[in-house]
Amino acid sequence: MTEPLTFPPKKDPQKRSATPTRPPEARSRASLALTAAAAEGRFALQVCDECQIVQYPPRDACMNCIGTDLRWNDVSPKGHLLAETTVQTSTKLFFRERAPWRMGSVKLDVGPLILCHIHGDCTRDSAVKVLNRLDKSGQAVLIAIPLERSDHMDDDPQLRALSAHPKHRRILITDAWNPNTPALARALLDAGAATVFVGEAESWRPHPNRDALASMANVEVLPLDVTDTSSVQKLAGEIGGKTDILINNARFLRPGGVLSRGDTGFARDEMEVNYLGLMRLAQAFGPGMCARTADGVNSAAAWVNILSAYALSNTPEYGCYSASNAATYSLSQSLRGEFRSSGLRVMNVFVGPTEDDWHAPLPPPKVLPQSVARSVLDGLNDGLEDVWCGDIAKDIRDRWRKNAKVLEREMTFGSDGA
Amino acid sequence: MVKARQNYDGVAITAPFSMPYQRYSIDTAHWWIAKALRGSLTAANLKPSDLDGFSVASFTLFPDSAVGLTQHLGLCPRWLDHIPMGGASASVALRRAARAVQAGDANIVACVAGDTNHIDSFRNMLSSFSRFAQDASYPYGYGGPNANFALLTDRYMKEYGATREDFGHICVAQRDNALRYQNAVMKKPLTLEQYMSARPIADPIALFDCVMPCAGSECFLVMSEDEAAKRNLPYAMLGGAIERHNAHSEDDIQLRGGWTMDIDELYAMSNCTPDDIDLLQTYDDYPVISMMQIEDLGFCAKGEGPEFVRSHDLTIDGDFPHNTSGGQLSAGQAGAAGGYIGMVEAIRQVTGTAGGTQVKNASIAMISGFGMINYDRGVCTSASILKTGARA
Repeated sequence: MTEPLTFPPKKDPQKRSATPTRPPEARSRASLALTAAAAEGRFALQVCDECQIVQYPPRDACMNCIGTDLRWNDVSPKGHLLAETTVQTSTKLFFRERAPWRMGSVKLDVGPLILCHIHGDCTRDSAVKVLNRLDKSGQAVLIAIPLERSDHMDDDPQLRALSAHPKHRRILITDAWNPNTPALARALLDAGAATVFVGEAESWRPHPNRDALASMANVEVLPLDVTDTSSVQKLAGEIGGKTDILINNARFLRPGGVLSRGDTGFARDEMEVNYLGLMRLAQAFGPGMCARTADGVNSAAAWVNILSAYALSNTPEYGCYSASNAATYSLSQSLRGEFRSSGLRVMNVFVGPTEDDWHAPLPPPKVLPQSVARSVLDGLNDGLEDVWCGDIAKDIRDRWRKNAKVLEREMTFGSDGA
Repeated sequence: MVKARQNYDGVAITAPFSMPYQRYSIDTAHWWIAKALRGSLTAANLKPSDLDGFSVASFTLFPDSAVGLTQHLGLCPRWLDHIPMGGASASVALRRAARAVQAGDANIVACVAGDTNHIDSFRNMLSSFSRFAQDASYPYGYGGPNANFALLTDRYMKEYGATREDFGHICVAQRDNALRYQNAVMKKPLTLEQYMSARPIADPIALFDCVMPCAGSECFLVMSEDEAAKRNLPYAMLGGAIERHNAHSEDDIQLRGGWTMDIDELYAMSNCTPDDIDLLQTYDDYPVISMMQIEDLGFCAKGEGPEFVRSHDLTIDGDFPHNTSGGQLSAGQAGAAGGYIGMVEAIRQVTGTAGGTQVKNASIAMISGFGMINYDRGVCTSASILKTGARA
């Protein structure tokens, strides 16, 4: 059984900090579909349309009939561990620094033989389940885990390297005012986070979350205004070196599209908070976090953006807000590219309309703060890049993938007026 | 009924040459190949312009291939081949060259394999070895071939009861042989105790199960018997040769190779049986692979390899001479030349020119090749049987 991970001792500044290294990143184009599945936590393999044979490694033609119509389908992740080895030495620095490293071959129930990482709790010649996860290079890798969960199995070093689990980590939530902040803080602490820092704008004004946050141990509320560069830089100067996960939930939201607003005032606020706020945070916290992705148990692991699902396709009732989120989503993709070589993961949580004042005119279903918190936790635990929170977010995702233009037309039907 | 294959009568294999290996080299594959080619040409008293056939195996020629080498070395062949099959390349090169000579497409073919080994070049080669390895093997610990063969060894041991000592017998015997081969990289004796207590690399594989990557090159010539006789060259004849790729893909883990599909034909073509083989040169990137070949080539049944190596003496003077120049495990693995080391040594053996490693009265030698861990297993297998044509 996996031993529980112990809290790391205080860092000795005289000693070398491990520098970020990565496992191999190169993949064929076909293989990137496995990465796309891992980004949402799915185990999918290619299946031949003609003969239904499940294939691995990813390829461009069927190994059975040479047909070229190979579809990525979710398949059973169960299999049998056939052989294993512990790699004691590797020519790749990433593994060299982490040796010994357990890997093996698993015969999947659906057919193919896969090489994969092996969780420490797997025993020889046993039934296993295979997870498809993103590694530090941002690419999909497979890891075999036992069928039965054990208490501390998330603490297994090989599995933990494929996640951004909050345990023992120090986490910044950027907006104390957001209704989801207390639920997020609670969930992170329950999952073993060491400290939750909460950024608070306009500290002189009372807000309903203050008491809830004050009642939690290991929560520190600190001044932070994401529209103010010097405020962001000041906080980064104080806690940037010990921020392991940053959750940007800062949000400025007002209803309305272009014509329903008389000027660009709210749109400017939306861009200041939602878009430029992310940019300021990334410029202040990003470099420090990127430098600390290999820094032991409480290394920097993830950057989380909480976005509106309407970032994918505009809803004119919240047209300007949607637009600011589309900009933020696009910027997050740039950040992914810029963080990639450090191994720092960018996770976007796309949320449907939330249960709050500004969404009151909309019919249900709506997303509760606890749901956002659960999505964030699940995403960190599984090391995801894209998380869809709430039924509406999933609905928009599916329709967008099916046909983005059809979705656009459905979202923009006119009304005939009264 | 599949049409019977034609024999390889009338073909002579001659002028074996081995460049002494180096652990690291500042020279290029082109340089190493030139050296070996010169060695064989000199042995046969030929000029480069006498060659009209050229076959190359190499991993480190990039961005060149056999094509670039013709201009680089000033050759003008009318028959050109590039064999990208690593450890299986020698028998494949030989059988193609033999057919070219039989058919008159070429008169004199030089078959050469060579690679350099710069510091870090092994690591760089790993990263671009194959698409499946890149996508589905190296991201898992990047153990390279060590990890792949560790899995195979793990399963083989479990399936057939082989122990590390059994593999040690193979390695220790080869080191004994290497001490009599002047070109071997390994110069110190190896005991079973040292083998057993060696540093672990990828369990159950330890240091002495692994080959030492190095730089080196090997070459031989293929021509008609008449041509060899005219030039008064000692030569070997080709009894038969087989190759097979991606065999037994239904096996979950590779515990047998493609030899099993063709071995009966090889003996039939060569008009001999396993009992007639005076010496065996297996492809020994890891001892488990040699054990698998001993089984698949018909010297014992599947699963009896461990007992076979326990009950036989694999040294030059033993009852089952095996990898007489030390093999790659003790002479070093010079990239694609690792596929040639057994072939070139076998030509020397059956022509009576092996010097310190000479097996007494050797007249029939078997050479086996294995190559290219594309994903989870070696894809290419080959084998050939050489017989004495004319001794020195």
